[in-house]
Amino acid sequence: MLTKRLDRWLPLMESVGIPIAALLLAMLIFAIFVAIIGQSPATVFYLLYQGGFGSAFAWQNSLLRAAPLILTGLAVAIPAQAGMVIIGGEGALALGALAGAVAGVALSGLPPHGVQAGILFAGMLGGGVWIGLSGWLRHYRGVNETISSLLLSYIGIALLNHFVEGPLKDPASLNKPSTRPIGDVNMIGNLPGMEVHYGLLFGALFALVTWIALRFTTIGFSLRIVGGNPRAAQMAGLRVGWWVVGAAAMGGAAAGMAGAIEVAAVQGAANASVLAGYGYAGILVAFIARQNPLAVIPVAILLGGINAAGGILQRRLDMPDATVLVLQGIAFVVIIASETLSGRLRVWRSTPAPVKPAIPATGASV
Amino acid sequence: MKPIELLQPASGALDLEILGLSKHFGDVAALDDVSLHIPAGSFHALLGENGAGKSTLVKCLVGYYTADKGTVLVDQREVEIPTPREASKLGIGMVYQHFTLVPSMTVAENLVIARGALPALLNWREERARLAAFMETLPFKLPLDKPAGGLAAGEKQKVEIIKQLYLQRRLLILDEPTSVLTLDEADEALGLIKQLARNQQLSVLIITHKFREVSAYADAVTVLRRGRYAGHGKVAELTVDQMAEMMVGSAVARDAAPRANRPAIPEGAARLRIQQLTALGDHGLPVLKNIDLSVYPGEILGIAGVSGNGQKALIEVLIGQREKSGGKVQVHGKDYSGRRAELALCKVNSLPEEPLRNACVGNLSVADNLALRNYDQPPLARSGWINWRALRAQAKTYVENFRIKTDGIDAKIQTLSGGNVQRAVLARELSHPVDLLIVANPVFGLDFNAVAETHSRLLAARAQGTAILLVSEDLDELLELSDRIVVMSEGEIVFEVDAAHADIRELGRHMAGSHALAEATA
Repeated sequence: MLTKRLDRWLPLMESVGIPIAALLLAMLIFAIFVAIIGQSPATVFYLLYQGGFGSAFAWQNSLLRAAPLILTGLAVAIPAQAGMVIIGGEGALALGALAGAVAGVALSGLPPHGVQAGILFAGMLGGGVWIGLSGWLRHYRGVNETISSLLLSYIGIALLNHFVEGPLKDPASLNKPSTRPIGDVNMIGNLPGMEVHYGLLFGALFALVTWIALRFTTIGFSLRIVGGNPRAAQMAGLRVGWWVVGAAAMGGAAAGMAGAIEVAAVQGAANASVLAGYGYAGILVAFIARQNPLAVIPVAILLGGINAAGGILQRRLDMPDATVLVLQGIAFVVIIASETLSGRLRVWRSTPAPVKPAIPATGASV
Repeated sequence: MKPIELLQPASGALDLEILGLSKHFGDVAALDDVSLHIPAGSFHALLGENGAGKSTLVKCLVGYYTADKGTVLVDQREVEIPTPREASKLGIGMVYQHFTLVPSMTVAENLVIARGALPALLNWREERARLAAFMETLPFKLPLDKPAGGLAAGEKQKVEIIKQLYLQRRLLILDEPTSVLTLDEADEALGLIKQLARNQQLSVLIITHKFREVSAYADAVTVLRRGRYAGHGKVAELTVDQMAEMMVGSAVARDAAPRANRPAIPEGAARLRIQQLTALGDHGLPVLKNIDLSVYPGEILGIAGVSGNGQKALIEVLIGQREKSGGKVQVHGKDYSGRRAELALCKVNSLPEEPLRNACVGNLSVADNLALRNYDQPPLARSGWINWRALRAQAKTYVENFRIKTDGIDAKIQTLSGGNVQRAVLARELSHPVDLLIVANPVFGLDFNAVAETHSRLLAARAQGTAILLVSEDLDELLELSDRIVVMSEGEIVFEVDAAHADIRELGRHMAGSHALAEATA
């Protein structure tokens, strides 16, 4: 009976255990790297902790970075439910920022809450259309969504740069080309008692709602069928194209919202500073979280902390602040490699599962 | 890739004899005590319905499978063929239905790489000289410097055949080599092979569904049925009619389920009505041409036909896996397009073939898969919220009622055996009242007990007034279950008959197509 109970919990143990083990392995490799460049791994890890989570200030710094990471993580995790690997979050974030900034200026004069809602909505729309296009290309034109989303991402970034430095440039922004500011009254403020803006709450709510929808509603069930076997989904009467495009667009909307929040809560206008690599780091977040929208939240905070600690490594140890990117890169490779392990750690199983093809291979063409 | 000793002199066509070959997959006998003889230089056809064991037989010959029992003799010497390498050494080569050329490489490059075990540095001058010398021996020229991807289908298939000759094969096995070719291309490719066989360069074993090709090219034919030898003869001495009869079998088994005991079909309006339905295949060619069909409540309509005549496309259109290009599909008198709401409203269910591919999500649990039809309906869901307890309870009931052998309802369905996947689908599709059931080859690959169980469940559904459309390539199954039988050939309905009065020979003749009919009336 004990083994039976173990079986029930095994998938959970596996989905938590594998990423944690992978992260530990990544830290070990990183420690070797640190030792090779002549620093003490212990000191580096201590400073990473200090810089990320060692003080109230460090926590705020980490949470500020976690806010967009939650959303860009969702940009990967939501389409993944429908069987897609989307890596174009950065471009969707760029277009979300652009659309948000345009909406913010266009709506100025309305009550601030209305403007803020407009900015977020415009950002979601911008990012959603962009990644939705990837989903459309995949379903109706057979284009690989990973490649198309990456290429669309470059176009999105180029569009942001073009409009910010060209047609939409605020003449007053001299050394840092930006769109016209949305105005201080329209900025999204901080959470009560914290130096962290409301974007963190919006991101966490987005993740929570997504998780509930996937876990407890027919939406999630339909999406899993579409992602698992499109032919069976067709047989079950689901419009596969609709779901594929919809899931991609929802992912894009999350990344676009991240861009809009960067504009409305941090930059005050769209400019190149919103492109801080959150879109790419979101891929790592989603993979460590094993595409689980709820797990995206803590993982984003963890990675936000590692990002935040880059500065302290630079100041105290004179290491380049890209050091944390090395850690992220190593973690990414190890996580991707560990994906192949899932479903194979069934050493405790009570009975080995028979793995047989449904129909003998002869069947196919006889 | 198999290394080939090119220096070894070719010794022309070989003589192949197979004695008592058997091969089992689990409980299913795919091949049972089959013997045949192909004299050197002869063109031998292997006929049979889907699942008759043809592919298993040739896979044993080329070393993909090892037979459980039986002997293979090459030139009267007993041989072992445990791997494709040994087959290759013996000079046995195979041409598949689908092309194996590298599209971006030229024909010459494709021929050279086929040799396998190439040196690190190729001496192209030497290779070209060798190719040129080889081409001299052929009756026609090949565009050696064209990329293979730019060739027409017929040319590609010719290159595949030439490749086998270049590898100095002595027995060529062809697995439905003309299924992607037009009539002219098929004639060209088969004509070439026939000529080579006549010159004693090759012996040929061809798997085909096309009687036309058998009559025009083969010297002799062996027919398999359900894994067993079902007949043999010289093509010159057989009519297409007789071959068709060997293939579909005699009407011995048909009285297994006494028809008289079944409830009569009640009068009523058609439940499924298909009018002028057309659809295109994967290659953009029409596969369904103006299909008209009706299925009435309490009736099983059987659709017979040789594989590849549009039955698969018909099923795909009906269960929403293929777009129709014209015509009407109506259920309960209303236009029907297979959307989820319509499925639930009209109570349309289906048992497609290859359930793991068409009707299940392999990496989801048994419980999830069992809920595929009703996860969005009460009691499993209310206003969009899934009741997991109800969903699991349903799964437990189904697993018990249909005796599905599984490692718990949380096991992924792809870990179940074929028979149990099929049971799970049966449980899901037949546990609730069904108005219309679309069924395709429901017992394919199942063992005897599972077959009997599936059939009795279909008959039970019929007794409850379900309208059933049953596509099967097994004529015995159709005769046993159906009330009416229609025959599909080349994408059209060519014949309809009341199953109680069906003459198996007549069915076979219509299945064989217009060619056979023309011959029969001549």
